[in-house]
Amino acid sequence: MALKDRMSGNEAVAYALKQINPDVFPAFPITPSTEIPQNFATYVSNGEVDTEFITVESEHSSMSAAVAASAAGARALTATSSCGLAYMFEPLYLASSDRLPLVLAVVNRALTGPININCDHSDSMGVRESGWIQLYAENNQEAYDNMLQAYRISEHPEVRLPLMVCQDGFITSHAVENIELLETEDVRNFVGEYEPEHFLLNKNESYALGSYGTSDYYMEAKRAQAEAMLKVPEVVQAVADEFAKLSGRQYGFFEEYRMEDADRVMVVMGSAAGTAKDAVDMLRDKGEKVGLLKLRLFRPFPAKELASALSGCKAVAVLDRAESYTNHGGPLGADVMAALFRARSQAYAVNYIYGLGGRDFRTDDAERVFAELQTVLDNGDAGETYRYLGVRG
Amino acid sequence: MTYNFKETMNKEERLAPGHRMCAGCGGTIAVRNVLRGLHEGDKAVIGNATSCLEVSTLMYPYSAWEDSYIHTAFANAGASMSGVEGAYKALKRKGKLDDTYKFITFGGDGGTYDIGLQSLSGAMERNHDMVYVCYDNGAYMNTGIQRSSATPMYADTTTTPAGTVGRGKEQNRKDLASIIAAHNIPYVAQTTFVQNFKDMHVKAEKAIYTPGAAFLNVMAPCPRGWRYNTPDIMEICRLAVETCYWPLFEVVEGEWVLNYEPKKKLPIEDFLRPQGRFKHLFEPGNEELIARIQAETDRRWEDLLRKCR
Repeated sequence: MALKDRMSGNEAVAYALKQINPDVFPAFPITPSTEIPQNFATYVSNGEVDTEFITVESEHSSMSAAVAASAAGARALTATSSCGLAYMFEPLYLASSDRLPLVLAVVNRALTGPININCDHSDSMGVRESGWIQLYAENNQEAYDNMLQAYRISEHPEVRLPLMVCQDGFITSHAVENIELLETEDVRNFVGEYEPEHFLLNKNESYALGSYGTSDYYMEAKRAQAEAMLKVPEVVQAVADEFAKLSGRQYGFFEEYRMEDADRVMVVMGSAAGTAKDAVDMLRDKGEKVGLLKLRLFRPFPAKELASALSGCKAVAVLDRAESYTNHGGPLGADVMAALFRARSQAYAVNYIYGLGGRDFRTDDAERVFAELQTVLDNGDAGETYRYLGVRG
Repeated sequence: MTYNFKETMNKEERLAPGHRMCAGCGGTIAVRNVLRGLHEGDKAVIGNATSCLEVSTLMYPYSAWEDSYIHTAFANAGASMSGVEGAYKALKRKGKLDDTYKFITFGGDGGTYDIGLQSLSGAMERNHDMVYVCYDNGAYMNTGIQRSSATPMYADTTTTPAGTVGRGKEQNRKDLASIIAAHNIPYVAQTTFVQNFKDMHVKAEKAIYTPGAAFLNVMAPCPRGWRYNTPDIMEICRLAVETCYWPLFEVVEGEWVLNYEPKKKLPIEDFLRPQGRFKHLFEPGNEELIARIQAETDRRWEDLLRKCR
């Protein structure tokens, strides 16, 4: 039975974790993800979970301890934001290369400098090549639902890769919204027990990990890791389908919003999708053929499926909440355009950088994007494909 | 506890031969003798900071470790073992595990005094039930003998080369055992390879079986970096102790205990002379440098005596 409540995104993630009752949670606070370990500490203190909560002295250590706990045979996780994620850069690679199931609750925040505590995606974009699966959420409900699905994907025997559940700092992490929660018993049945194959605390065999891999072996190890990533989409979909039966909420690689017959489409991730959907509704009311594609699974990147979903449209705007300093756009833009190119798409595609450091993204911003796409179509020319939205000067 | 040398040395090896550490390496001697402190039948998880020890004992597809072993990175050996120990507690609490495991982490002085100090400090302060063993060879030997904060003053290293102007490392070495003792953990000890390994064995066993965090600082000479005659390692260690360069002590629940006081303290030259890294100190005109090392050694020894009084 579904329970209706009101929660912030952080509360929702912490609550999901309480329901999951993981084994080890090493934590170091950083705005805006702090409430996740903070709320969880209260569950620990009140005896509501069996988790070993380790209050480490840095994010390098929180990720290292989580990696080692997973290697030891435990279901582990941590949470972070921004520079905390940057500080984890090295141990992130340990989790993925050692093929350790692990979950990281990311509350997206800008990277310094200037120092800024508000939302953008530069933190998780900065680690997009670390071999982690990345799921993005539009709102508190999706953050909760993604967290419930995370271990099922990460621990899948064909996958065994770590997974980040990302949500937008403050915009969803702190805003309180309605939410539908599952019963704890249903959550535990769905997530199941973690049964690792090889682990340090296995009394039947000793186990060593963290090898020095010379040139004779390194490349095979990396290819094996890439092959595990190839298995991810299928597992993500299977877990989503099973979750839909339990919750009534269907997920996939992305959500297509009013895409039927749309000639102009915006591709976006995270909370901006909610705002953009409002703009789509308003423009649709005026008879404009606009739609929205909200990406949920960014790593691995569902290139073929995305290109296929966009195959009917004439102009695409990709919105990036992060810079990548390539002088031609952001990271999501690069991946989407590569997917379109490989699919021999004839659509015009432009890339916007928006919302850096918590800069508001409003419905009129989304409307402007659709208007500019119309200009592209009218001119029969994409013009400048590397654009900024909502910046002065 | 009575120490039986033969019996101790005949315990089953937990670090198998066939690894790629150098002949005469002090690090390997440290590891084997610490692991002899484990009681037979007790399981262990061994942790390791990136180091000579790691790259030489776990080169894919081989492992020289009989016990479960985890290497993650250079700066995080303390944190990694915290995670393993945390997993142990959680799995025991959930009834998924009933065996007794001990947790022992090895790091060189680079991974311990320097890049891993924060992670180590955190692990010690949280008082995880683990032993952190620093095999201190006084430089970054794995990358080719660069100075560390454990390198003794005036040692010639590849980043503090003795030259026409340079006199080797200009700074004093860090006193890590005192820093860890200041964490007020249950057990801290400093030891090296002397007295038929009795001191080391006793301390290893105590460290392993003291509940909570324990730290062992083991002087582990590196023949390549120190440039002494490789077979003379035991003599080098004896001289380190007899000159009071490397005193043997313990800090048990905050109580400082001196384990050995030389009958006649030897001059520091006796420790320095056999080592190529100090060769330049014996050139004419450098007497003052040796006098400074002597003065610093004396000052630290007096300080230790005061703490142990």
